[in-house]
Amino acid sequence: MAKNKNIPSAPPTHFNVTARILHWLMASMILTMIFVGLGMMTSLTWRPWLLDLHIPLGTAILLLVIIRFINRLSFSVPKMPASMSNFQSKAAAALHWLMYGMMLALPLTGWAQLSAGGFLVKVFPGVNLPAILPQNPFLFALMHDAHKVMAWVFFLMIIGHLSAALLHAWVYRDGLFSSITWTRKTINRSENPLPDAQGNDKNNVGNESLT
Amino acid sequence: MKKKSLVAYLKEKRVLFIVIGIALISGTIILAFAWTAGLVGGRITTETFLQDTPKTYPAGYRRAHGKGICFEGTFHASGKAVPYSVARVFAQQNVPVIGRFSLGSPDPYAPDNSTRTVSMAAMMTADDGEQWRMKLNNEPYFATHTPEGFLEQVEAYKPVPKTGAPDPAKVAAFLKNFPEAQKYVQWDATAPWTRSFAGAQYNVINSFILIDARGRNQAVRWSMRPHAPFTSWSVSQRKEASHDFLFEDLKKRLEKGPLYWDLVLTLAEPGDPVNDPSQVWPENRRQIVAGTLEVSHVFDQTKGGCRDVNFDPTRVPKGITLSDDPVLAARAGIYSHSHSDRVREIGYGKATDAVGKPQKKNSTK
Repeated sequence: MAKNKNIPSAPPTHFNVTARILHWLMASMILTMIFVGLGMMTSLTWRPWLLDLHIPLGTAILLLVIIRFINRLSFSVPKMPASMSNFQSKAAAALHWLMYGMMLALPLTGWAQLSAGGFLVKVFPGVNLPAILPQNPFLFALMHDAHKVMAWVFFLMIIGHLSAALLHAWVYRDGLFSSITWTRKTINRSENPLPDAQGNDKNNVGNESLT
Repeated sequence: MKKKSLVAYLKEKRVLFIVIGIALISGTIILAFAWTAGLVGGRITTETFLQDTPKTYPAGYRRAHGKGICFEGTFHASGKAVPYSVARVFAQQNVPVIGRFSLGSPDPYAPDNSTRTVSMAAMMTADDGEQWRMKLNNEPYFATHTPEGFLEQVEAYKPVPKTGAPDPAKVAAFLKNFPEAQKYVQWDATAPWTRSFAGAQYNVINSFILIDARGRNQAVRWSMRPHAPFTSWSVSQRKEASHDFLFEDLKKRLEKGPLYWDLVLTLAEPGDPVNDPSQVWPENRRQIVAGTLEVSHVFDQTKGGCRDVNFDPTRVPKGITLSDDPVLAARAGIYSHSHSDRVREIGYGKATDAVGKPQKKNSTK
């Protein structure tokens, strides 16, 4: 994929391998993270344990989203299917960029909240991240609320993203979903839907060059 | 280019089933989210513990132990705990400490003779940056073996409006469910009340685990054992005591010089009830004086300092970890809500009296 970067030929049918790996890895991490975060705020039993998971996982997400961001900006990505309306494409693109923003903002506000509350940001026992804000009630309040509100909004975005993705995979069958998987099916730019749509072909890693 | 709208697809039945399937998947995840957040299912969450917090106190005060005073001091390690834990505080000569003395009542304006419970909270920061937060009480043990038991206790002892006293039937039902609480009730009825913060022993009540350099674990509880002798007062002395007697006494003593407590670690032996804060360990357990806490001065909590510190006892340094005591784990979330609730009030400028600003009329009692 990397080699095709500057060639003005047809856009790729799939996101590059880095993007696909990061997408699924981070999807599982983020969904875990949301439930870990919620559980932390309610559980009588598991909070200390969940907090010890929340911070290293959040740190990892912060590092990964930076890599993902660079990767996203460095390589061309598949076009939206032609069957999608202009509005749908724009809404999908806006949602994607907002989700990138959330992936960056949530770890940062979490880190900032702990700093402003005077807590250590414990990644592992004895290994703490430095404070990024001074201890201050107003900053703590702001970061605490921002972290919470954004987490809830992000969760709703993920549900919307998942529902739309499944709709494309199972109803529209326009290849949008498979652009982030390893299946052969490519984005269908004609209105001629493939009849044998179910792309169960997991062995086609590297078929991105078939355009 | 012919565009197929969603409506057109829905006209085919098969598609309708798929859409219902997708809605079910999303709905299930949303339901799981709502349950985890405590919005559905009615499970007990750490927020349940704060629902009884009186809304009548001014903003910015702690939800429990509202009346208190900040202290600053130094912990001088003896080195004797070093073989049991790699925590830097046990080796360091002078560890700065910020802490707080408080009354057990949630009321920030409680008279000092209104409760027998007094507390010390402390946060030590070692030179490796690790923090050790602790919350200690003069009570010798917790009433129940679980946090749920505490909720039942609060519910059972709520005064009935008619009589002003708890409903005896509810109390009896609570003691039947949590027979271990009898011991606490007995202590509460008979043990002498302390007449000074300085002479009280403060106990951690929950159990922790020390980790040594080879990774071996040792279950432990600790106490701050005062150098000043314990003093009590007769019932008549207590009734006549001034509103802020204990806090005035503490200030007067500190004007003359620092106050000292020994940090005494009690080491569990196999079979001791490590996970049950309502049970004491046998008298003959080995004790180690890990060091001495020197409290050098106190200052008003409206000035900050200890005011915004969450003395969450589950925030322990490397070299100490939590036991499987369920009451200890529950404290983490409860303290966190209490802390963020009040610090938000302070941060957003809603606090008045709690930060030393003049109070608005009618917002007090």
